[in-house]
Amino acid sequence: MNNAERTAGRRSRRSVVAAMSVLLFIAVPAAAALFGDPFAVSIATQIVIYALAAVSLDLILGYGGMVSFGHAAYFGIGAYAVAIAAAAGIDQALITWPLAIASAALLGLGIGALSVRTSGIFFIMITLAFAQMVFYLIIGLKTFGGDDGLSMTARNVLPFVDLRNPTLYYYVCLIALLAYTYLCARIVDSRFGMVLRGTRKNERRLVALGYQVYRYKLVAFVISAAGAGLAGALFANNARIASPDLASWPTSGNVMMMVILGGVGTLFGPMFGAAAFVGLQTWLAGLTEHWALPLGMFVIAVVLFANRGLFGVIAGRDE
Amino acid sequence: MHLLIEQVLNGLQYGVTLFLLAAGLTLIFGIMGVVNLAHGSIYMFGAFVGATLAARTGSFPLAVFGGALAAALLGIAIEFTIIRRLYARDHLDQVLVTFGLILCIEEAAAWIWGRTPLFAQIPAGLSGSLHFFDFTYPVYRLVVIGFGLASALGLYLLISRTRIGMLIRAGATNRELLGALGVNIALLYTLVFGLGAFLSGLAGAAIAPLAAVQTSMGEQILIVTFVVVVVGGLGSIRGAFIAAMLVAMLDTLARGYIPLALKGVFSASVADSLGAGLASITIYLFMALVLIRKPQGLFPLEQR
Repeated sequence: MNNAERTAGRRSRRSVVAAMSVLLFIAVPAAAALFGDPFAVSIATQIVIYALAAVSLDLILGYGGMVSFGHAAYFGIGAYAVAIAAAAGIDQALITWPLAIASAALLGLGIGALSVRTSGIFFIMITLAFAQMVFYLIIGLKTFGGDDGLSMTARNVLPFVDLRNPTLYYYVCLIALLAYTYLCARIVDSRFGMVLRGTRKNERRLVALGYQVYRYKLVAFVISAAGAGLAGALFANNARIASPDLASWPTSGNVMMMVILGGVGTLFGPMFGAAAFVGLQTWLAGLTEHWALPLGMFVIAVVLFANRGLFGVIAGRDE
Repeated sequence: MHLLIEQVLNGLQYGVTLFLLAAGLTLIFGIMGVVNLAHGSIYMFGAFVGATLAARTGSFPLAVFGGALAAALLGIAIEFTIIRRLYARDHLDQVLVTFGLILCIEEAAAWIWGRTPLFAQIPAGLSGSLHFFDFTYPVYRLVVIGFGLASALGLYLLISRTRIGMLIRAGATNRELLGALGVNIALLYTLVFGLGAFLSGLAGAAIAPLAAVQTSMGEQILIVTFVVVVVGGLGSIRGAFIAAMLVAMLDTLARGYIPLALKGVFSASVADSLGAGLASITIYLFMALVLIRKPQGLFPLEQR
């Protein structure tokens, strides 16, 4: 096999694994009904929502080399946008979800404009600092619940689809995840995506070629924030509460962990990562009160010894 | 006026605590190039051991040095088994592994000591208050300030006057050359990590009687410590000291005066909660401003 054939083979293997994983996600409610386990759909919904946040982080982390340690801010803003709208009596999903996306994108534009100029450890720290500001602002605003969070009396309303039905809600979340992932896949393969990937490999060379690298990175940062905002909106609808810990830094760490666990720069990998992380957490929490101990060890072991991520192990890596 | 003096003293006490944590973190980053999120957990561990020793033995010096020593041993064990594998990795891997370490250490502490906060007694003889005209201030807080400043001086002497300190400074400037000169870099790294852990354990054990000792205490102070390290310039101990004082003063004064200022505009309860929120933001805003003006921090280390 020559090199081109091998690359093509790996591509097709990746496509097969991606398609299989989509089918698996689609089959969850049916399987849950078959085994009579309604709890599975609720966990799967959580997985899909976190997967959306993880895919959005992967867009800038895996392709733009931007290690954002503040993704919880956009997740939290998306959740609060929906909850605040609900408190004001606006419960139409077609209004509140775009609102959540827009708020997160706007926040991303502000934070990104200031932080994408920096790189390395400074980028990590400045994104973290901004996320902390959002976190403390949320806690400080007692009108919106402060420490206790802001609960919603009911899920948002979507025409023709009853979101109160757990299975339908799961599929709505899944469609959002797949649509966003498709968007990201198109972006990555476009000319824009080529430039973005180029900045990760060698930013200086792109600058020398005359690209306005700053703009490319900022646009990617905003698209990523928007995705996390949508995930936050879906989360608030699912849990019927927006709480400050959604915007806390351990949430950023968890989402980042899902990306690493699944495979950086694979888009589909983070879905596996979210499934593995949430699944493991749920399983361990059922076994022991001290579930964080084995989870922490698992995290350490994965990063130290399985650096390619789950998707890389299953589907092979695209060089 | 009294409020101001009290706030400044409180700020000073917070500042020396932050410095003890930040000095270790900045050394570990500057010399070893490792982002160590678990630094706050080591501080928490030191506080727990210190509080336990104080309750069992009743001896204050034993509690503080026991806490610091236990933290140093934990640090050395972590460096030996895990951190060592991260030197060649990028920051992302370091962030994640040490994030996993936080989960492990916190949960282990919850297992050993439980989830209810521990309250350590202020050592007998230091529990009173100092009276100065009609101004009173707890003696123990003054002791912590003095102790912190003494530790800072000790660290300064260690770094600038001893052979170990010379090697540490050399390692921060050019570690390849230092290795080529025959210095055992692996041993130096273990030592630096242990020293950093010792300092944060010292801070934890000394602060234990003033704070509720609980598993989340490391998480809370970690991010502020990073703000200090980044503002001061990664790897610079002098920068860490100045930044620790700036950040601590800013935070304490903002917490004291912002709610007070807001009370003129809003009702008391709104002013309190909004003021607390705004006060918590001040230091992050400060860090963002510093980074935008000086992306390397206030006192960047010269690397060759």
